[in-house]
Amino acid sequence: MRVPSSWKIAAIAVVILATVQAIPVISQNRPPWATPKGTTPQPKPQNPPATAPSQNPPPNQPQTPAQSYPVPAPHPVGLNIVVLDPAHGGTDLGARGTEGIHESDVVLQFAAAIRRALEAQGLQVLTTRDGNENPSFDDRSARANAQRGAIFITLHIGSTGLAGTARVYVVPEIPPTMADMTGLIPWDRAQGPFQELSRKLGDSVQMEFAKRFKGSPSTVQVAPVRQLRTTAAPAIAVEISSVSVAERAELDRMIPGVAESIARGVVAFRPTYVIPSFPTPAGVGQP
Amino acid sequence: MIARWHLWVGGILLAAVIAAALYFPALRKRVDSAAQLTEKTAEQARRELLPAAAPSSGETMTKVKMFWGSNAGDGTLTPVTIELPLAKDPVLRARQIINTLLAGPVNPDARTLPPEAALLAFYILPDGTGIADFSEAMATSIPSGIQSEQRAVDSIARTLEADVPQVTRLKILIHGQEVDTLAGHIDLTQTFRVNTKAGAMPPLAAATSGVPTTPVNKPAPVAAPVKDPASSSVKR
Repeated sequence: MRVPSSWKIAAIAVVILATVQAIPVISQNRPPWATPKGTTPQPKPQNPPATAPSQNPPPNQPQTPAQSYPVPAPHPVGLNIVVLDPAHGGTDLGARGTEGIHESDVVLQFAAAIRRALEAQGLQVLTTRDGNENPSFDDRSARANAQRGAIFITLHIGSTGLAGTARVYVVPEIPPTMADMTGLIPWDRAQGPFQELSRKLGDSVQMEFAKRFKGSPSTVQVAPVRQLRTTAAPAIAVEISSVSVAERAELDRMIPGVAESIARGVVAFRPTYVIPSFPTPAGVGQP
Repeated sequence: MIARWHLWVGGILLAAVIAAALYFPALRKRVDSAAQLTEKTAEQARRELLPAAAPSSGETMTKVKMFWGSNAGDGTLTPVTIELPLAKDPVLRARQIINTLLAGPVNPDARTLPPEAALLAFYILPDGTGIADFSEAMATSIPSGIQSEQRAVDSIARTLEADVPQVTRLKILIHGQEVDTLAGHIDLTQTFRVNTKAGAMPPLAAATSGVPTTPVNKPAPVAAPVKDPASSSVKR
């Protein structure tokens, strides 16, 4: 029996359609057109969105556009999470010393010790990188911006400064603008509402450094550190001096002291941590 | 008996050898000089193109304060008064001042800017913002770190503040472009406050410790492009 050619074409079309539909099912990743009505695919937790809500929606609750998020009323929130950011990584080696010391390697060792010291105090610690990667400034900030009750500490080893000292930096004043009055914090000014808290955290940690490492300043320093500007949380930069030491062991000897000082500083800061209130026009964003 | 044409060929070859012997040394000299030119970096070539700061009729010997690194090695700056032939025009004056900073102090440890760097351009906007455009070596040769980068920016800002009062803010470009950071740390998308005595300046930031230069988030004409708050913002 001869099959009409139009039937053949129809049969091929059916096979192609079936294959296209079957592939996403096999990969357990349904395409947008296959998502049942009323549900929205949830983002992966490891990759927070560039525009990160400060308050994570409850599980299984569909996400709504940023404009309709209610503005949280200011109330005390416990400090639960410390986001540690070992700076540089990947092809960006950071500061380079004469003994083949690379900032990007050394900060990982410092971060591991600081993590242990903070976890011993009952704090949850997240890191922006654990290996030789180099996330962007915004990706690192997003790690903290996606959390509630978090602080952010970026770790650096400098090229200069008195060997065996440590300094803490916060960003200079970011005065509010009209854009901030919408209840939304522009991403590139995200640190604005947190400056006072950042300064308190910085002073607390710097005071511990001054006790432990002679020659370190007694109060927090101010510098426009790029990484801090886009971080919507109390945020400090720690810079240790320096990659120019005569031998690597000098830096290694500092690791326990730096870890302990940061842990003590964070614990001392913990009672003062509250989510700051934000300027909003009347009625905008109120639940 | 040698054939006649053999003599001709031999003669021609001999003449070629003599000509080559005379020409090759000259050719080698030219190749060597070309190789030397190739070895020169783009930075050096640009530096040679920069006009020499020779005293002219409009320049007078003036005492200026240069802010170089202190000998303490703690990242602070120390003013050093020197005498320079300076122009009255603020743009020319600022160029001369920054070129002197780049040339560095007598003590190389007090240097704040990398010697490989060159100032490509400097101009002042009507609002008093000084735009300093440096070569790429400014970013690639400066010691990486918060303290070292901050000290470099402070050195320029404090020296301009002391010697060129017309400059109220400072914007740093690298090779004509706005860049995210100087060498991975200090934010260059914003302008830095220079002249704190200017009348139109907004109030100073809260008291800081040890860092005299405060970046200002004023939307300067060359500042970072304004981002759409709806697409790039954090809702609280």
